Amino acid sequence: MTPLSQLLPGQFGKLASLNPERGVDQRLMALGLLPGMVLKLIRKAPLGDPLAIEFCGQVVSLRLAEAENLIVDVSADCPIQRPRQP
Amino acid sequence: MSSPDAGLLVALVGNPNTGKSTLFNALTGLRQRVGNYPGVTVSRKSGTCDLGDGQKVELVDLPGLYSLAAASPDEQVVIDALSGNIAGDRRPDAVVMVVDATNLLRNLFLASQVAELGLPLVLVLNQADVAKEQGLRIDTELLSRRLGGVPVILTSAWKGEGIPEVRRGLAEALSRRTPMKRVVWPTDIAGALADVAQAASTDTGKAISAADAQRLLFDTNASTAERLGWTLERREKPVRSARERVRNSGYNPMAAEPLVHYAQLRVALDGVVAEGLGKAGRTAAVDRLLLHRVLGPVLFLGIMLGFFASVFWLAKFPMDWIQLGVDWTKGVVAPPLEPYPMLQSLVADGILGGVGAFLVFLPQILILFLFIGILEDSGYMARAAFIMDRLFSWCGLNGKSFVPMLSGFACAIPSLLSTRTIEDPKARLATAFVVPFMSCSARFPIYALMCAAFIGPLYGPGWESLVMVGMHCVGLVFAVPTAFVLTRLVLKVKPQPFVLELPRYQMPKPRDVVWRMWQNAAEFVSKAGTVIFAITIIVWALSYFPRDASVAERIRAEHPTESAEKVKARVQAAYVEQSYMGRFGKAIQPAFDPLGFDWKITVGVLASFPAREVIVSTLGVTYSVGEGAEADSQDLRKAMQDAKWTEGPRTGSPIFSLAAVLALMVFFALCSQCGPTIATLAQETGGWKWAAGSFVYMTTLAWIVSMAVYQFVIRLT
Repeated sequence: MTPLSQLLPGQFGKLASLNPERGVDQRLMALGLLPGMVLKLIRKAPLGDPLAIEFCGQVVSLRLAEAENLIVDVSADCPIQRPRQP
Repeated sequence: MSSPDAGLLVALVGNPNTGKSTLFNALTGLRQRVGNYPGVTVSRKSGTCDLGDGQKVELVDLPGLYSLAAASPDEQVVIDALSGNIAGDRRPDAVVMVVDATNLLRNLFLASQVAELGLPLVLVLNQADVAKEQGLRIDTELLSRRLGGVPVILTSAWKGEGIPEVRRGLAEALSRRTPMKRVVWPTDIAGALADVAQAASTDTGKAISAADAQRLLFDTNASTAERLGWTLERREKPVRSARERVRNSGYNPMAAEPLVHYAQLRVALDGVVAEGLGKAGRTAAVDRLLLHRVLGPVLFLGIMLGFFASVFWLAKFPMDWIQLGVDWTKGVVAPPLEPYPMLQSLVADGILGGVGAFLVFLPQILILFLFIGILEDSGYMARAAFIMDRLFSWCGLNGKSFVPMLSGFACAIPSLLSTRTIEDPKARLATAFVVPFMSCSARFPIYALMCAAFIGPLYGPGWESLVMVGMHCVGLVFAVPTAFVLTRLVLKVKPQPFVLELPRYQMPKPRDVVWRMWQNAAEFVSKAGTVIFAITIIVWALSYFPRDASVAERIRAEHPTESAEKVKARVQAAYVEQSYMGRFGKAIQPAFDPLGFDWKITVGVLASFPAREVIVSTLGVTYSVGEGAEADSQDLRKAMQDAKWTEGPRTGSPIFSLAAVLALMVFFALCSQCGPTIATLAQETGGWKWAAGSFVYMTTLAWIVSMAVYQFVIRLT
């Protein structure tokens, strides 16, 4: 179990848990990022923050501090469903 | 709002970046009206849409959003509009739901939430051409059946494909009134929703819709409860116990809504989309270049510099033409009015000056919005925010603050209008508040005059350019801490998380970009224009009246040998000196004495409050060089270099000492001296409170810093 913020660019992970009480997580859930979903860290911004992640066929940027609370499982048999590049 | 024919109102709803505006423009053919929703700075765009059979409906383009869980003002407007809770607006009769055909699942979440409102709905799968390129085949008939028989239409609004079908589909939806299939809630959630609706209805005596009940149960914000008048103490217990019921059934109440919707949408979409062989999009490849760790920022700087230089330099020519046009009109109108000097001055200096003062901003506004439109519609704006966010996040702003702040160096007015691209209301307000600190082009003349007259001759061209650059940074130095304090301590608005979609790159559609540019310009002229005009007339009147003919006679008698032109300049100066503005300037000169300003500079400062560039021509008048003085005027430089204090403890020493010169420039760098900016700030922040705050803050800050500079430098020199 790893915080999303520690993923390396190009690495996949399966979302293990998020905190539905937080505004950021509510936003991400509305975009379709739900527990069990596979995501990929595409890149970090040139200054190291924010991050660009890919899930559900879309690329979304979020800040490092907010990604720390999203826990992903990197050992799960990812990629189950390789997210399609938009 | 009046509506045509049958008076039917249709709402256009969809996620951002789905080509919703392009579809709106295609459906209404630019027969549009732009206004504002009451109380918020969300613009209301509506137009007449022909359904093809002669029937016309009013189509309203609601702001793009991802979810009905209201977090921002834009999202709140959509919910209120869809449920008919906006003053002066009816509940729509149907919804055109625009979704991105390449990402049905994500887009249908919002559609599924909207379905809960029970309105007839047409589902438009836009960007079908891109989906086809990617090898996606979508079975629209199957999807329509799965969603309860609503019309499902494939379009490419960019290419204008499928538009007649949307019109037909909308006519069909309006006559058959088919709503989209609603989500089936698990028993306990359905029970909890019923509990909440029952309790709210009992407490408020109002009928609670299914959609309202969901917002009450699932959302952390209280906007729905507040609208219904359901007080915190009354709702706290029933809402908590309903949420407890959801939790006991195995769902986190804050996550239940997306979980249930997404699970059922996956089932509904099963077999609808067939993935065939297709070209992978270019977006990922372009991003590898544009978001590259080294090349990304380099290209970003290049693009932004090009953008800024264009706003700055391209606008110069039309601005000069407008100035020439205004001067020419003055030349035509003024001479016939020679027998009526008051009327002549009112028309030439007041009315034409006032019109010119805001018309001159139009080119910058048009060009800025042209570029912002291109940046937004192409998808690069989101990347710019991604690259810059780190530099802005620590002081409470975000990556989207960059473009408004950069363009503030050209002109604050279009920059303020462009803060609308910032979704987070807190960051938007803070950005709008600091934009006027950026050293706009209207500050240039006073810097140029002071540097050329004093810094250059005394210390050489090296120092001259250094001071020039320094003055452009003064505002920025104070803007950043201001934003920091404002977002940390003053603004109580909850910040929005910076979750930003990096959409697919797309070629901007010229018609959309040009149309939006035009709408923004028209809004500026109609709103800010009137205020600017009024302020200019007031300042004109203050510096014109009273005008006693004996003053002119006295000057002529005192200087019988001088040339007519020189006497005229002296008369002008004398009139200004004894005008209300002049008297006021003299009266409050003691307030500016610690800054080293004599009464003439003080009058210049006062007259510059509507438009700071006026300082140069006002100094021209008060130092009796004549009107129309320019920053490069030799006479004015000479007059200022020779100016000495004639009274007080500084008698005999030059007025424009190094300390006073620096203090004057710093004052102009920081002071809020721009009527249009204040008017636009009021318009963009939804009231005069922030505009007044900005005026008081900047003016006070300018006085303090300028005083500190003067007192410090005068002791050194």
